[in-house]
Amino acid sequence: MNNVRYKKRANKSLPFFFRTEFKVFFIIILVSTILLISTFSFDTVPPILNRGIQPATFPKGLLVLIIALTSIIYYLSFKKPWKKEKNLPKPFFFTILSFFIFIIISKTLDFFLAISVLSVFVSYHWGERRTFYLLLVSIIFPLIVFIFFEMILGLRFPPGIITNLYYY
Amino acid sequence: MMAPLFSSKLLLVLLFGTLFGLVLGVLPGLGPTTGGALILPFTMTLDPLSAIVLLTSIYCAGTYGGAITAVLINTPGTPAAAATCLDGYPLAQKGEAGRALGMATVSSTVGGIFSVVVLVFFAPILANLAYEFGQPEYFALAIFGLTMLASIGDGSPIKNLIAGAFGILISTVGKDFMTSIDRFTYGINELSVGIGFIPVVVGLFAISEMLTQSTLLKQVFKRVALKAIKLPSKEDYKKTWKTILRSSGIGSFIGVLPAEGGTVASLIGYSEAKRFSKNPEEFGKGSVEGIAGAEAANNAATGGAMVPTLALGIPGSATTAVILTGLIIHGVRPGPDLFKEQPEFLYGIFGAMLVANILFFIFGFFGAKIFARITLVPNKILWPMIFAVSVCGTYSLSQSIIDVWIMLFFGVLGFFMRRYGFSVVPVIIGLILGELVEGTLRQSIVIFDGNWLMFLTRPIALTFFILSLIALAFPLIRSKKNKKPYD
Repeated sequence: MNNVRYKKRANKSLPFFFRTEFKVFFIIILVSTILLISTFSFDTVPPILNRGIQPATFPKGLLVLIIALTSIIYYLSFKKPWKKEKNLPKPFFFTILSFFIFIIISKTLDFFLAISVLSVFVSYHWGERRTFYLLLVSIIFPLIVFIFFEMILGLRFPPGIITNLYYY
Repeated sequence: MMAPLFSSKLLLVLLFGTLFGLVLGVLPGLGPTTGGALILPFTMTLDPLSAIVLLTSIYCAGTYGGAITAVLINTPGTPAAAATCLDGYPLAQKGEAGRALGMATVSSTVGGIFSVVVLVFFAPILANLAYEFGQPEYFALAIFGLTMLASIGDGSPIKNLIAGAFGILISTVGKDFMTSIDRFTYGINELSVGIGFIPVVVGLFAISEMLTQSTLLKQVFKRVALKAIKLPSKEDYKKTWKTILRSSGIGSFIGVLPAEGGTVASLIGYSEAKRFSKNPEEFGKGSVEGIAGAEAANNAATGGAMVPTLALGIPGSATTAVILTGLIIHGVRPGPDLFKEQPEFLYGIFGAMLVANILFFIFGFFGAKIFARITLVPNKILWPMIFAVSVCGTYSLSQSIIDVWIMLFFGVLGFFMRRYGFSVVPVIIGLILGELVEGTLRQSIVIFDGNWLMFLTRPIALTFFILSLIALAFPLIRSKKNKKPYD
């Protein structure tokens, strides 16, 4: 009975490379292998100065352990396939997009402008349509946060088109 | 014990921490771990004692706060309150929300105070034992702490181990502390100092939760109305006092185990309450014993979890991992020396936890109705605000925009980890223990002149290694017993 349920959950009709287990396994192994290769380029300590193990040995051991454990979970997933997750909804992708927008604006224009844009973007795409609340999350609250950090905690924010108006 | 608390500043911090903890506990998705991570950067403006008092009061009150949401909307405010839903909500549906919350409040307070007593007595004993520890013993202890994640931690055992190993790997980024050789820096100067705790903690808890909330926008909560909290009746006390005491003991014990916390404690407390109950058939239908069993246990885990955190520097739960981060960034190194050199600091923490338990009883009793209304704040307004605080808090620590990007990266990573069954808690614990694991391993190898087998000649280290093997084997035995595949 359980096995039938697991098969249903895992959507076994999909080719193996479309299954979640394989995707997760593949990504972890790929990243770990790249990192493992990069450990071979770490500088080494001359034997006379070396106390214990080389700086690369410990990370290498960890990466090998991660690769081995990931292989085990992939092998075990044949016996007990993973539950199929629901597709991610649109607001999730908008939120991820807002992170990219945040990074671009904070790097090129202004840190606080980036927070305001992200806040209004997320709030709007999560379903908020009332102007007052959009203004609250995009202008009023970031302003309070700015005043709190700048005046009470004495923090200096990175320069930008809006922050410069305050600083200069 | 209370003397360090008799300052207006500390009392104010304690009041704020308790109120803030209650708010965090009530809001599903936040809780004391995420809340602690969010407030961590702000603690840099406080002295170490005030900072840790703030974090511990958030921990105590936040753990209790989860019960309010569990009872009224059948959604645990914190994972530790999951077992409270089982009987709290059915009792509330019968029109007895006040009685359910009254029982939750009393048992949480008793459990919390019981665990502070355990903390006061056992932490110094454990710290004294730790004087016997050398580098090999600390290495074995850290390994034991990490393997405990596999045995009874949240999620799949092997996935937890992978997450723990990943956490340790993050700690190796930057200059090697013994040789100053760059590791995983790829020419980025900012990475040579390593990856900070705060961007990782805030990313894995707050930002990943924001992404999780973005997938739950259509979720509708059915809220039960609350008139007022009622203190349990004499009959209720008669029925539950044994359960409360038993769960307090269970919770404190589970809390002391490295890497475990309130979630496991409440589930075991609940199942033991059912096992010992004269009316087990009432469980799941609104049993006050069920509420008492779960709530006493999860709050008792708070003090228990502080025992290994303070005595050994090994976090007893996810939130104590954040508290440990707080201790480290404030330059306080937990361990036996802390007990010898700064006893007033520790007594301040013990006293603060005791007072926080009393305060959340008062606030919970008189203000539960108001706190329950906080759940009405829509996520579409709340989470953009949390994002603004997260970004500024993370930036404030070293005034580096790279830290903000690291936070976002770990937020996205944390979301996908949780989605595919990898708990994020082991990453934090691995990150915290990483330096200890690597440092003690390398120093032990120097002591042993490269002979790894010498570890087996140290009785305490050997004991921890055997315990680690048991911790690793436990899920295997359990799965065989339940006739389910291991992972």
